[in-house]
Amino acid sequence: MDTSAKNSVITRSDLPLRVINSTPETIARAQKKVRRSFRQIRTETVFRRTLTIMGLIMIILVLGILLTLIIQSLPSIKSLGLKYLWGKVWDPVQDIYGAWPFLLGTLLSSFLALLISIPFSLAVAIFLGEYFPKGWMPDFLKNAVELIAAVPSVIYGFWGLAVLVPIVRNLENHIGVEPVGVGIFSSSLILAIMIIPYAASLGRSMIQMVPSPLKEAAYGLGATRWEVIRSVVLPYTKSGLFAGVLLSLGRALGETMAVTMVIGNTSLIPKNIFAPGNTMASVIANEFTEADKPVYLSALIELGLVLFLVTVVINLIGKKIIDRFTQ
Amino acid sequence: MDGKNIKYRIGKSYVAQIVTTIFAFACVIPLLFILGFIIKAGITKINWHFLVSIPKPVGESGGGIVNALVGSILIIFCASLIAIPIGILAGIYLSENGKTRLAYWCRLCVDILQGVPSIVIGIIAYFWLVKPLGGFSALSGSVALAIMMLPIVIRSTEETLKLLPSSLQEAAFALGMPFHRVMFKVVVPVGISGILSGVMLAIARITGETAPLLFTAFGNPYLSFNITKPMQSLPHLIYDYATSPYDDWKNLAWGASVILLLWVLLLNIFTKLITRKWKVQL
Repeated sequence: MDTSAKNSVITRSDLPLRVINSTPETIARAQKKVRRSFRQIRTETVFRRTLTIMGLIMIILVLGILLTLIIQSLPSIKSLGLKYLWGKVWDPVQDIYGAWPFLLGTLLSSFLALLISIPFSLAVAIFLGEYFPKGWMPDFLKNAVELIAAVPSVIYGFWGLAVLVPIVRNLENHIGVEPVGVGIFSSSLILAIMIIPYAASLGRSMIQMVPSPLKEAAYGLGATRWEVIRSVVLPYTKSGLFAGVLLSLGRALGETMAVTMVIGNTSLIPKNIFAPGNTMASVIANEFTEADKPVYLSALIELGLVLFLVTVVINLIGKKIIDRFTQ
Repeated sequence: MDGKNIKYRIGKSYVAQIVTTIFAFACVIPLLFILGFIIKAGITKINWHFLVSIPKPVGESGGGIVNALVGSILIIFCASLIAIPIGILAGIYLSENGKTRLAYWCRLCVDILQGVPSIVIGIIAYFWLVKPLGGFSALSGSVALAIMMLPIVIRSTEETLKLLPSSLQEAAFALGMPFHRVMFKVVVPVGISGILSGVMLAIARITGETAPLLFTAFGNPYLSFNITKPMQSLPHLIYDYATSPYDDWKNLAWGASVILLLWVLLLNIFTKLITRKWKVQL
């Protein structure tokens, strides 16, 4: 067959010429048509531009958040300097501002929560990703874990206040520390429950992405199921699981309400993990509306700035790891 | 591994499986405890009177949460009004111009926004709206919540639209449809289920948010429909009354918790049904 004829370009002269009889009505109709298509083109351009503006708004929003935080915390940065972060005393009445109690409280409660939650979220990830990916029981577990993330944090806080705090108080009586109930330990327990879903759901999808030839090769060498998980699945998904843990940590650091309700809200440096304390988020929630002096307010905002920067860095690292893993 | 008895290894494997299963299902126990306790404590407090009257002052029993219910609905409605159009348009932008440099930065910012602690959003809304407008208002709370909704709406819109076959769009373009009509008459209607489930998830998430409302909507013990004035909301009412020392107020908070919980659960179940019906992958 002659392919060149088939692929040849149709030129203008090939088209049948249309004879236009230019009566006034046809001209008017044609003009209307042209005007309409021009209008459509204009709307299209406007629409495309609107889309770009919406994309820009996101960037402006984040930059605006950063700038607002920096500008509003300038008074405290200027007058207190870097030693603000390591200052051990927070006493707004005497104008002494040190963020160390809150930094310590945040780190203690978040990492303790992470430590408690990791075995559970890892177990959920392995169970759903490797042992039983399908069936009604894993479906139930999956939905239940998603539900944990859906319950509002203020309800966790209320439950913690009414149920968990008395239990912890009993426990503290038994081991012989001051039985206050509220404190870093209680808030860690609540946080641990709240952050399980984040690491679990990410870990599950990571574990499901392990190529089956790898696993089959290990089974072929005579490995048992656990040996496959320990020496193939977990090493392969190591970075992905780590990213999940990072995202959970980001959640734990920024969590406000549940922590505020059970941590006890004192500005003293916590002596042990059972002592009451304050996190960065909870101190902002508690004192923001009562901050009467400009430096006081801006010291609180500086805490917000630190919180913002830390969570942004943690989240970005986590996202980068996930992106690299999925590619 | 070598030299060890095969029975020992198989046994170890079984033990590991059992331990994993136990740990996995142990997560559900606190959830069941929480749900059970909240519902048991709160369900008896709910009656018609509870839903239609405002809280009583300290010392008087009874009272209801109508101000918080109305406030929550109004604040969330305004937040959705702001966030849904912007979110969907930005999502369309990201799925259509996925590879430009602006899209890269935009996506990065959406990721950042998703991780920003809610209390920080509250501070931002305070300085952007409460201070310039000269007072706490429900509107500023709505803006704060809208900022929290945006990343979820954008992400779900983008992911949904990316999954649609490009032949769909190309067919519409070939018919001579302009870009905006292709988007609104073809692409968005086809992907509406994914977008809708993203919106529902976003609403479910902000329904329970308290932290951004603390210094924006501020709370109000009376019924108010004015969005330029302080307004109560369900999570805020729970926080206020749960931390108060009065039993009457705590009872109100338990009842409000049940309502909030049911609200959030229903939204989540609806989202599940939508995703299942239209087989959306989120």
